[in-house]
Amino acid sequence: MHQEDMANPIKTLQDIHSIMERSARFLSLSGWSGVWAGCTALVGAAIARQWLQQASEGFFYEYSNSIPIGETNGDYRAYVFRFAMLAIVVLIVALAGGLFFTMRKARKAGATLWSPASRRMVFELAVPLAIGGIFAFVFLYRGFEAYIPAICLVFYGLALMNGSKHTLSDIRYLGFFEIALGILCLFLQGYGLLLWTLGFGVLHILYGIIMWNKYDRQAIKDKA
Amino acid sequence: MRNPIEQLNKLFDSRVRIGIMSALMVNESLNFNDLKALIDVTDGNLASHLKSLEENSYIKVQKGFIGRKTNTTYTMTKAGETAFRNHLNALEAIIKTTK
Repeated sequence: MHQEDMANPIKTLQDIHSIMERSARFLSLSGWSGVWAGCTALVGAAIARQWLQQASEGFFYEYSNSIPIGETNGDYRAYVFRFAMLAIVVLIVALAGGLFFTMRKARKAGATLWSPASRRMVFELAVPLAIGGIFAFVFLYRGFEAYIPAICLVFYGLALMNGSKHTLSDIRYLGFFEIALGILCLFLQGYGLLLWTLGFGVLHILYGIIMWNKYDRQAIKDKA
Repeated sequence: MRNPIEQLNKLFDSRVRIGIMSALMVNESLNFNDLKALIDVTDGNLASHLKSLEENSYIKVQKGFIGRKTNTTYTMTKAGETAFRNHLNALEAIIKTTK
């Protein structure tokens, strides 16, 4: 053992590098997780758009002119509630699928899903996300739902940038673009759903394909 | 010029000890199971290598509890960090001279 290590310092340094990398960063995030989350977001956005169109054609506008404010308010609450439920379902489906693909990748690589690095990553992600959730909830409650897409995008982007220290560093760029879209969303009125779809749908799919190309495909080649 | 091979630290001859030190370089503290999963060794093997690193005060051991289960965590000491960095520098020096 002694002689062997002495004879091959390059191998030893490579081992050291590999252990440092594996113990400091959670590297099993799968590109497919991004693609899945993006597709889920696109489906959710399509449903939301359908609802918005129905509302503008149908009951909503007629109602708001002819019915006393108290009653429209009740309808409006139910209407907003429906969107909130849709958002939560989309979130759960996206997370569950994301977790599935990442678990699969971790299993293939023989890595553990619940390592010190992944625990730190989850914590760093969760803090900005929870704060963003509180903001979104309060804004919704106070009737400023127009700002919710911007809040979602900005806090999600901040969470990604925060978590990028403990996982694939490329996620930093995804975070940056999410924040940029969110800020744009603050200034552009009436494009909330469109920008949300770009941020959570299109960006995730692009990111997933790029990550898959960069990391996962190589791993498959190495195995073959 | 001094022979860089002499600069290598004998304590870091083993793959397991190198693994422990590498992991502790980038983590404030790790427990026994984290290390075991990272380095892929048997309990006894890991324990004996941890013991020798501890005896040389390269690492510090904290015994604690999570509920009723013992949770032993390990951290790197300043001396351990210096020794490991010197070892890495020596390895790099060897690579340079053989090139």
